[in-house]
Amino acid sequence: MIENPSTSTSATGSARVKRGLAEMLKGGVIMDVVTPEQARIAEDAGAVAVMALERVPADIRAQGGVARMSDPDLIDAIKAEVSIPVMAKARIGHFVEAQVLEALEVDYIDESEVLSPADYVNHIDKWPFTVPFVCGATNLGEALRRITEGAAMIRSKGEAGTGDVSEATKHIRTIKGEIRHLQGLSKDELYVAAKELQAPFDLVAEVAERGALPVVLFTAGGVATPADAAMMMQLGADGVFVGSGIFKSGSPERRAAAIVKATAAFDDPKAIADASRGLGEAMVGINVADLPAPHRLAERGW
Amino acid sequence: MSAGAPRVGVLALQGDVREHAAMLESLGAEVSLVRSPAQLAAVDGLVLPGGESSVIDKLARQLELREPIRERISAGMPVLGTCAGLILLAERILDGLPTQLPFGGLDVDVRRNAFGSQVDSFETELEVPALGAEPVHATFIRAPVVERVGEGVEVLAAVGERIVAVEQGAVTGIAFHPEVGGEPRFHRRLLDRVERVSGA
Repeated sequence: MIENPSTSTSATGSARVKRGLAEMLKGGVIMDVVTPEQARIAEDAGAVAVMALERVPADIRAQGGVARMSDPDLIDAIKAEVSIPVMAKARIGHFVEAQVLEALEVDYIDESEVLSPADYVNHIDKWPFTVPFVCGATNLGEALRRITEGAAMIRSKGEAGTGDVSEATKHIRTIKGEIRHLQGLSKDELYVAAKELQAPFDLVAEVAERGALPVVLFTAGGVATPADAAMMMQLGADGVFVGSGIFKSGSPERRAAAIVKATAAFDDPKAIADASRGLGEAMVGINVADLPAPHRLAERGW
Repeated sequence: MSAGAPRVGVLALQGDVREHAAMLESLGAEVSLVRSPAQLAAVDGLVLPGGESSVIDKLARQLELREPIRERISAGMPVLGTCAGLILLAERILDGLPTQLPFGGLDVDVRRNAFGSQVDSFETELEVPALGAEPVHATFIRAPVVERVGEGVEVLAAVGERIVAVEQGAVTGIAFHPEVGGEPRFHRRLLDRVERVSGA
């Protein structure tokens, strides 16, 4: 590792630097991978980053048990395989898993509801870390609380490991709709809105002014086809996470490349049609409506 | 927008397209997003944004933009590339994917992720004499560096020994992101050049 210039004016880990990496990922697809071989397939297919995991959400769901941070050896092996950013998941509230992931020099930490929460009250205080964090949200208030704790990127939660995109749709529509609602409020009404959103007033006022979150907003959870990804982009997502949808499908190489293409050409139905041809079987999936409430991951985090 | 405003495109396949478009618009340019050869043909200058160079390369080939972009660059179209954009403008990419192809335009070799991983990303004040005495506030995110500079390439800035901004003819490549910190001078320079070249 080369030392960075240590002039008095240089800074690592600033909000701009942390949020900046997410800005560079926009329009891209971040793919869950569980082996270096899958990471290679993802990079070759055009993934903008990979999420290093021991089990994809569909398997966590099927196998049950406590889901934790990945083995450092696995993360190192995936980092060694690819040149694109490598992300890894820490349990909600597990600040020591986050410290370990920072020591491993992952490029982003996902404080994720897909793993078993380590703290049912507090999320991680993300400001002291140099590595940036992405957090899940089902609505605007949740997104703003995560940003207040230092998240530098937000992803809508969806329902991971199902291949059913309906929850992702609901969450991105909710967040976008709540932002549009704020834009129509007067200042006195914004105080009440901040109270109802359970988020700091200054941040609520900033969102109302900009008409957008101050950080990048991706979507996640149940995206399984090129059309799913393009739909998320048309609904206003800055990019997509694809978890089980690629490596639980018949032809991961082709499906991964097709989802990348459809995400970039999201407003061109002909291009999406072309990308959708000859992909083999999509992941079988589970309808979210058939999932009993205790098995819904999106309800983890608050 | 006045009829004489410079027409500038931002290659909009992946990356921080929005930040560049906003910066160009604030400087009075007529900005369009470029995702097809027809859209490229309608602009007089181009920004290659930050993002993942390997992804932008792939999409440019799939959407049949690579050859038209190369032709326009060799015909003298003014271009500004930031970070991934610098990588795409290099003659040769060190540490790229084996299949990765740059557009070319700058006779330089560029190394990807030369400063390390995201925890090594930083912002700093950078001397860029070509833009005046006031330093540039530069944000480096998993940034590349220029490792070889060919004849006719001017070095605009360096961090210590490491070259982070170069120019050759109408093509400027920088390893950092002026667009995320509100620094307008590189974009102004591009627009001035577009106005001169297109005689607007």
